[in-house]
Amino acid sequence: MNERIDYSAFVTRDGDGCAQLDLAIDGITCAACIREIEQGVAGPEIAQARLNYTNKRLHLVFDEAETGDAGEGDAAPVDPGPAVTRLQKLGYKAYPFTRSREEEIEAAQTSDLLKRLGVAAFATMNIMLLSVSVWSGNVADIDSATRDLFHWVSALIAIPTVAYSGQPFFKGALRSLKARSLGMDVPISLGVLLAVGISIFETMHSAKHAYFDAATMLLTFLLAGRVLDQIMRKKTRAVAGNLLALRGETARRIDADGGVTEIPILAVKTGDLLQIRPGDRVPVDGVVVTGLSDVDASLVTGETAREPVGEGAQLHSGSLNLTGALTLRAVAAAENSLVAEVNKLLDQALMAKSRYVQIADRAAQLYSPVVHATAALTLIGWLLVGADLHFAVITAVAVLIITCPCALGLAVPAVQVVVSGALFRSGVLLTAGDGVERIAACDTVVFDKTGTLTTPEARLVNRDGLDEAMVALAARLGQSSNHPLARALAHDGGAGAPFADATEEPGRGVRAMVDGIEARLGSPDFCDAHDAVVAALHDEPDATPIVLRHGSRVAVLLLRQVLRADARAVVADLESRGLTVMIVSGDREAPVRRAAQALGIADWHAGCKPGDKTAILERLASEGRRVLMVGDGLNDAPALAAAHASISPITASHLAQNCADALALGDRLQPVAEAVALSRKALAVMRQNLWLSTLYNLVAVPIAVLGYVTPLVAAVAMSGSSVIVTLNAMRARRAGSRRRVGVTSPDAARVASGRDGVHAGAGRDLMRAPAALGPASAKEAAS
Amino acid sequence: MNVLVYLLPIALSLGLMGLIAFLWSLRSGQYEDLEGAALRILDDDDLRDDEPDRPPNPARRDDR
Repeated sequence: MNERIDYSAFVTRDGDGCAQLDLAIDGITCAACIREIEQGVAGPEIAQARLNYTNKRLHLVFDEAETGDAGEGDAAPVDPGPAVTRLQKLGYKAYPFTRSREEEIEAAQTSDLLKRLGVAAFATMNIMLLSVSVWSGNVADIDSATRDLFHWVSALIAIPTVAYSGQPFFKGALRSLKARSLGMDVPISLGVLLAVGISIFETMHSAKHAYFDAATMLLTFLLAGRVLDQIMRKKTRAVAGNLLALRGETARRIDADGGVTEIPILAVKTGDLLQIRPGDRVPVDGVVVTGLSDVDASLVTGETAREPVGEGAQLHSGSLNLTGALTLRAVAAAENSLVAEVNKLLDQALMAKSRYVQIADRAAQLYSPVVHATAALTLIGWLLVGADLHFAVITAVAVLIITCPCALGLAVPAVQVVVSGALFRSGVLLTAGDGVERIAACDTVVFDKTGTLTTPEARLVNRDGLDEAMVALAARLGQSSNHPLARALAHDGGAGAPFADATEEPGRGVRAMVDGIEARLGSPDFCDAHDAVVAALHDEPDATPIVLRHGSRVAVLLLRQVLRADARAVVADLESRGLTVMIVSGDREAPVRRAAQALGIADWHAGCKPGDKTAILERLASEGRRVLMVGDGLNDAPALAAAHASISPITASHLAQNCADALALGDRLQPVAEAVALSRKALAVMRQNLWLSTLYNLVAVPIAVLGYVTPLVAAVAMSGSSVIVTLNAMRARRAGSRRRVGVTSPDAARVASGRDGVHAGAGRDLMRAPAALGPASAKEAAS
Repeated sequence: MNVLVYLLPIALSLGLMGLIAFLWSLRSGQYEDLEGAALRILDDDDLRDDEPDRPPNPARRDDR
């Protein structure tokens, strides 16, 4: 068998031309794993291996001298295959991995912010040292020459620091001024610049007070908040990236010599011929060249019925090939009506989406005018009562400095950090920065059915009507097959080892000798049981039958997608929180009605095209409702983008995931309820924090207006309010559901990620179910 | 106050040294894997029974 695995598409070269590769690793649990992996992966071709425990990635550098003679400038191909195999033998699932562009950008931003924070912190510490000396000197016997020297040294440190570390805020302020709005960055920049400006002026005139410490301290606190926020987001993105990589999506390319090479989807080129076996998920868009089969396109359309395909048919990535082998020619993108419609709707949704104004900016819009007016009034007031201009200006600036929203600037990011950590632990990966605020504001939840409320893979539904021994036998036989339905059966039956003599007839079924009698599991034809199947399907017309024949005994096992185990509890939980729950599905009426009835949802819509879904969302929005859309299919993507907030299961199609604000891990629905609960709690704490900092201002402003604010008072007030706001943010951690449904242990996220990681799905744009690979054994009866 | 002539430069240069050390550690990637660094200290790499015939151990680096 001419089969190779080719990972070379993932190998990159650094500046020196050294070949290197990043692997996402699943199954790392403890400190000992670090050593085991780094030592275990070692081989002649590997020069260096370094595991990053935080984001569970292994960085390999290859030694080219060992892999073959590298010609001048023309590097020899490196094969990471053996390294992956060695890791697999150790029990770790590894898959090559490329960082997404977003991740690259975020990594650069984080280190940039850290640098600025480091500089600001250094400056604050040194200026504070000088300031404390001046403060204590002011109440003792400092002479004005020494004080001036100290102020000048402070200025020397503060000016370059503000110029460098303050840049993110200045840029933000300029951006929002250009957009004719007042974001949080505007009062921050103004406060910092005024503090430094007035201090320089005062120092020149040998004054008693300078506010250099206030300016740098403010920057330090705010940068620390931003860095923490960024680090949390980076971590979330890394986990999401790993899960994606560990799906291990590959395609089987038919080479010119007739051999088959397994290549990562990334390496598929337009025009490549691909082999699609029964049970495979279509990896990329393509046109069928040869073969006849039925495909399940439920990830694409939400429709659970199968459609027959033949030569010339367009297949979209993510469709599941069920019955026959196909040869596919890869095309750039499938150009069928559905994709065109989805793309058009997506553009519309993204254009129509009014930019959501974050709560912090809304607060700043109320806050800035008030503060600036107060400062102006202070100036005028002091002039009116006859104070000299210098005193009036200094006092007005002191008002701006003390109200400079240090606490206000931290109020939201601090909660954001705490709550995304808590969400992460309950299995929700937040991908949008303002996702928490938007999810919290929702009052209506719209669920897609297929793959969201239901499991993406089929489950046995008529177990009660069957002999337990027959189910167990079917499960054992099913283990010898690679067909997705047989796999599902094996998983559900959960019984013993496969039969040693089981043989599989591709496209038909499995047979084995059991107790001296032949047992067959497979299509109705294969088992000769048409009448029994027709009878069984009477009650469950949507299900797919698999027949088990053991001698004269016949059992018809019915499989279909079932509701997720905790769907009912989650829907009840959401309703008890006052949310309206709806189903909007692309599937036919009967299955949707059945799901809606089982869940007690009165408001459901079936047979919705992508356009119908967005139309329903628009109608809800025009009624003043804020919709949380939960969906996974390609057909849900426009709706996810158009909704106020959106969540996708981790098994969703790529396009849907890109449109969603958060991803839910694991095969439960519970993270959706957790996301709503935690977000609402977080929003409450954010509001509280904003009020706390307002309260602080109410106390501090009169003192400043009256001219009593010295740099010492400013420093104490500023750090005090920041600490209070940060401590209050910690409370957002404990929220969770009122009623915890299902497993939400602290390790739920890890367990869930592990579970998803193990599944080998396929499909570049679209994928969801763990599709087992291999020839078919069970077959539909529909024919 | 002549003492300030050398005390101030000393104080500032100490602070600068701290800043430079921080920037160096940032550049050399020491903030990339904070959890791993905490766990690596527990690894008894001095008790490792290295097979002598194994080629240069890639896992061994001076910062382990």
